[in-house]
This record gives sequence, C-alpha cells and structure tokens, in this order.
Amino acid sequence: MVVARRMFLGLLFALAVSGVEAQERFITVASTTSTEQSGLFGHLLPIFEKEAGIKVRVVALGTGQALDLARRGDADVVFVHAKAAEEKFLAEGEGVKRFPVMCNDFVLIGPKSDPAKVAGGKDITEALKKIQAAQAPFVSRGDKSGTHMAELDLWKVSGVDLEKAKGAWYRDTGQGMGPALNTAASMNAYVLADRATWLAFKNRGDLAIVVEGDKRLYNQYGVMLVNPAKHPSVKKDLGQVFIDWVVSPQGQKAIADYKIGGGQLFFPNAGQPDA
Amino acid sequence: MTIEADMRAPLSLLPLRLDGVVFEAGGHRIIDGISMTIARGPRTVVLGPNGAGKSVLLRLCHGLLAPTAGTVRWFTPEVPGGPRRQAMVFQRPMMLRRTALGNVTYALRLAGVDRRTREARAMEALAKVGLDKQANRAARVMSGGEQQRLALARVWALSPEILFLDEPTASLDPGATHEIESIILALHQAGTKIVMVTHNLGQAHRVADEILFLHQGRLVERAPAGQFLKRPASPEAARFLEGELPW
Amino acid sequence: MNTVAAAAAQALSLVAAADPKLVDIVLLSLRVSLLAVVFGSIIGLPVGAALAVNDFRGKRGVIVILNALLGLPSVVVGLVVYLLLSRAGPLGSWGILFTPTAMVIAQTILITPTLAALSRQVVADGWGEYREQLRSLGETRWGAATTLLWDLKFSLVTIVLAGFGRAASEVGAVMIVGGNIDGVTRVMTTTIALETSKGDLPLALALGIILLSIVLAVNAGAYVVKETAQHRYG
Repeated sequence: MVVARRMFLGLLFALAVSGVEAQERFITVASTTSTEQSGLFGHLLPIFEKEAGIKVRVVALGTGQALDLARRGDADVVFVHAKAAEEKFLAEGEGVKRFPVMCNDFVLIGPKSDPAKVAGGKDITEALKKIQAAQAPFVSRGDKSGTHMAELDLWKVSGVDLEKAKGAWYRDTGQGMGPALNTAASMNAYVLADRATWLAFKNRGDLAIVVEGDKRLYNQYGVMLVNPAKHPSVKKDLGQVFIDWVVSPQGQKAIADYKIGGGQLFFPNAGQPDA
Repeated sequence: MTIEADMRAPLSLLPLRLDGVVFEAGGHRIIDGISMTIARGPRTVVLGPNGAGKSVLLRLCHGLLAPTAGTVRWFTPEVPGGPRRQAMVFQRPMMLRRTALGNVTYALRLAGVDRRTREARAMEALAKVGLDKQANRAARVMSGGEQQRLALARVWALSPEILFLDEPTASLDPGATHEIESIILALHQAGTKIVMVTHNLGQAHRVADEILFLHQGRLVERAPAGQFLKRPASPEAARFLEGELPW
Repeated sequence: MNTVAAAAAQALSLVAAADPKLVDIVLLSLRVSLLAVVFGSIIGLPVGAALAVNDFRGKRGVIVILNALLGLPSVVVGLVVYLLLSRAGPLGSWGILFTPTAMVIAQTILITPTLAALSRQVVADGWGEYREQLRSLGETRWGAATTLLWDLKFSLVTIVLAGFGRAASEVGAVMIVGGNIDGVTRVMTTTIALETSKGDLPLALALGIILLSIVLAVNAGAYVVKETAQHRYG
C-alpha cells in the first residue's frame, strides 16, 4: 500500500512538472479556420519559428470571431480575410496598420447531379441566381467569417435579396469551412468555399467545383498588429517581427511554395498596397 | 481495568435519572411519560412486546435521541467532546472496513488514548473475548457472532461505566448467543453497569438481575428478575409472559 | 462498418508507430484531465462528505442544485472561464488564457460538482449505516466525514475515475479556453473535432478509438480494484 501510494504521488508530480512550460518567446495569432485547415500554417510557421526563434500560437476561428478575440486583447496579431471588417477594426483603433499578405480564390462547390444547372459557368452571379430560382439546397457558413461575408456580398451583387428569398433551401449552419463542407457533402448541397480548404478537404462525397475563375471570387488576406496602446499586454515587438517576415520576400516565397497535389493555393501579393 | 468508581464518588455517571420523558416521532407517541432511576449495580434488562418503545428508550438514555419532553440526567454529565464513558452495542455490529484490531484502536483513538498504548490495550481486549488470534483479519468478513464479540472487545477496551445493549444476539445462533452472554457477564464483573433490551425470555432468565417491563411506551412494572418472571404483578406482564415461549 | 474497421486498423498503426505528435497530444490530454481530477477530488470529496453528515436548513435545496450540476454543459463552463481569463476579463492579468493551465481550471470546475454529488451519495449511505455507532463512540461530524471517506475509499475510486472519464471526453470547455493551438493546447478531443471538420473522418475515428480505449482501460482498472477490495474487506 505504501509503495503504491508513493508511486502514485510520484506520477502526479511528474505529470504536473512536465507541464511547466519553458519560458519561451511566443505570440498569439488569431486567424481563420481556412488558413489553419488548408495546412498553410503547418507549412509556414516552422520556417518562421526557425528563423526568428519565436513560437507562433494560432487560435483558429472565423474572421469575425478572430477580430472579436483581438478586441478583447486576447491576441497579438490578426491574420484574416475580410477587408471591410479589417478596415472597420482599424477605424475603431483596435489595430495598428493593415498589410496585404496573399490572396486566393473562392470556388462554388456543388453536387455532380447539379440540380441548378450551373456547372462550367464562369459567372458567379448567374450561378447564384439560378440556385435561388431552382431553390437548390445551399449551405452557408453563417459564422461572420471572411468566407461568409464574401458569400453575402456575392448574393447582394447578384441582386438576390436573401432576407426575402431565404427558405428551406438556404441552410445557415454557423460552422467553419470544414464542417460546412461536411454538411454540404451529406446534403448534396451547393456551398461557397475557399480553394485552399477545398483542395485539402478529404470527405468530398459527390461534390466537385462547379464555378471558378470569376474575378469577384478573389479573396484577399491581410495581417495587422493589435494596438498595444489599447491593449498593453500585446507583444508588439515580437508581433511586428512576425508581420515583417510574412510580407518580406522570404515569407512571401514560403507562402508561394505551399502546394497541394502540385497546385499552389495562396498567391503572395504584399507588394500591392491596394490589395 | 476494573472501575472503582463509587456511586457516591463525585465523578460517577450513575445514577441516571429520567423525569417524565416523552418521545414523539411522525405523529406517534412512542414513549409516553417515563420516570425512573437507573443505579449502579444490578444487570438491568428491558422487556416488552414489539412496539413498546424499548429500543427508543435505550437511545434516549444513551443520548442518540433527544426527548420531546422531560429530562434525561446523569449524576455527573459527560464532558461534551471528551471521551465517552458510556457505550452501546447494537443488534448489527457496524464494523469499519478495517481489521479487527483496527476497529478497536479506532475507538481508542476517539477516546483519546495515546497512540503507543492503543495497540496493547486493543490486543488485551481482543484476548478477553477470544479474538486475539484474529486481530489482523478483516472485521467485516467475520461471522456475525465474531463481529458481535469484536463489538464487545471494542467496549471492553474503553471500560465504560455503563453499557447499553439493543438486542445484541437477536441475529445469532444459540452457540454465539451463549458466548456473547458470557462476555456481558464478564464485563459486569469488571464493573460496567449493564442495561440490555431483549425479547428473548430465556436470555432474560440468564442475564437479568432486575427487569424493566415496558408496554405502549410506559414503564408498567419493575422488579427483581426472579420475582418478575415467576409472578409478574401487572396484567400486561402476565399476558406477555404467557404469549412468549421461553427458550 | 467498413469505415469503422478501417479506423480501427488506422488506430492500431498510429499507436504502433508512436508518432511523437500523437504521443504529445495523448500525454497532454492525460495531464490536463488527471490534474483536474486531483484538484476536483481535493475540493469535491470533502464537500460531498460534509454535505452527507451535516444537517442544516436548505440542505435539500443544495443537494438538488448539486445533482443538477451533474449535467453542467462543458461549453458553458468553457465560456464562463474564457470570460474570466480573457485579457478583457477580471483575471486577464494572469495571462493564462490559451494555456493548459486554463484547461485544467475549466475541467476542474466542470467535474467538481460531479465528484461532490456522487461522493455525497456514497457517504450518505455509509452514514446511514454507521451513524448510531459512530455517535455512540463519540465521533464528531467532521471526524465521521473523514472516517467515512477513508472507509469508503474503494467506492470513491470508482467515482473519481468517473470524473476522469467525463473530463477526458469533453471538448466544449477545452476548445474555448485552450484554443486548440497546435503543439500547445491540442488534446485528443479537440484533435478529433479538428480532423472531423477537415473531413479526415478515418483519422478522427481512429483517435476516437484510442481515447475510448484509454477511458475503458481506466474504468476496467477501477472495477477490478473495487471488486478485490470488496472481497478482501467486505
């Protein structure tokens, strides 16, 4: 009994101590589920960490949630893809400066049976109008993410008043990109996705890309340092090192080098100030 | 281990005095006004039909229940929080999940006995009841008779002034019953006042010096054992003795 | 059924390969949940025992509330702890959001009511059995609570392991307060959630099988301990 007790206490102690984190340099980056789930960070961050000796802890949420997290001071850097929301963030004084980083594109995914007859089209607004007219099932992320905001914008540009047109065909799920794709696969529904997450996604079911290449489907990512004046706990020096690296030629090359199945997913464009 | 306390000595618990004690529970009056004195000396046995209130009376005396009305007073009250000078043995022995020795040393710890003397005193008590060879056996796997002997060993180690027993042999076979009765008699020899409830007339014959007869919550008769059992004075007692088979 | 068989095979090969990332994830899960169980027991078991042996006004109400907390949703706990530990919250200056420490805190809060409620039940049953004898021997309420906890230790082991099972299986609390950060706060349940959302269902299922096996092994161990003790000590 005594031996057992000693072993148990020893085990507890070892467990507790193994958890004491070495005092390492790290930053917290609030980013989106699409960058995480596409595997980009898995490729990019080890390169940065080796270079700079700073660990990057990524909390992956939707764009809206990521910005809200930063507003509470719980992140040092935000890396998201919804320019309008980012500019609002800056206007509120929550961020220091926005740097464009890279872009990718959205694609419209749909079932091979294609009830709305949109496959092969080059015009996203036409496709959306047809889907609404056919009342074909459509899955929306509904989670204030960059993708969700882009989707809502596209409906508007297509001239569809979602509030009026919404019905049983429009499935507002409130989920990240991966879960939304899972849902679409099981419902055989249309869904707007970013190409990167789609290429990394494994549970495709009967789904395939039906519309791509429209200029309006282009999706821009930006990175910002959370304002240390508003949130004194922000690691501004380390955070700035990260931002500087991501827009530097090295960082941009690392982004371009990330491929799935030979295809590049993200296109660095830090050099375009208007992006 | 004998207690020399004299009835007239200022520190003695006894005599115990009950004055107009009433006990009600759930709307029923279980003890209906009992006044009596329990003095040092004779082995007192409480008899009565089922529902007469014998077990409740014992618990009122021992302090496990508080009277609804009336008083229960010891000659010298016990110090609250101090070691108990009374003890009680129940029909079921209630042993902790420890060895026989462990159960007795537990009681000694509660009585404030110093750690070094505990084990020795416990072994002495176990020997008195013939369980010393089983000191390291798990108490709860012992037979009913052994566990009840262990309960008495626990009592013996504490040397209380008074021991209440609530039908201690009701679940035991005659052999075990006999052993228990011997130990009770030995305890009495050693100086502990015995107050025991039983429904077994044979046991009353063997153990009692005096009988308290209860009927519907009242003390109906009190007499020396021989007299009560041969020629009870009250009609209720007579009916009770007729209805019961002595064995 | 094919997916399950494939997942089982994948689970076995993952375990055999002992992929360092997987090992880290499993160790972190165990660490967080075991620490939560330890702290939860230190608080919950004495509270349960005290509740069992004491009488006071409103006792029944407290018991009802405690039993209701058995069903405390993990996301709710996660949300509340997040709001407390966020930089914008009252304990923000501690800076422990998105760390394993926060996860331990959240899981401790989650399972302490379970441990208290179940130990209360067990000790109350014991108190019912021993009450008169213990009082007769002069035991105090607090002394009785301690004595009963020790006497019933094998039943309590079962309860503690039930608490471990609950902690190890929950995802709502650790996801919110931990952030599922790769290499830092990623545990088995959050990894399963992540792999599911990436569509990698076989991997998610494989991890699920590993998690289930661990919880099952722990509970089987508890059962054996209890049965042996019952047999030995009655």
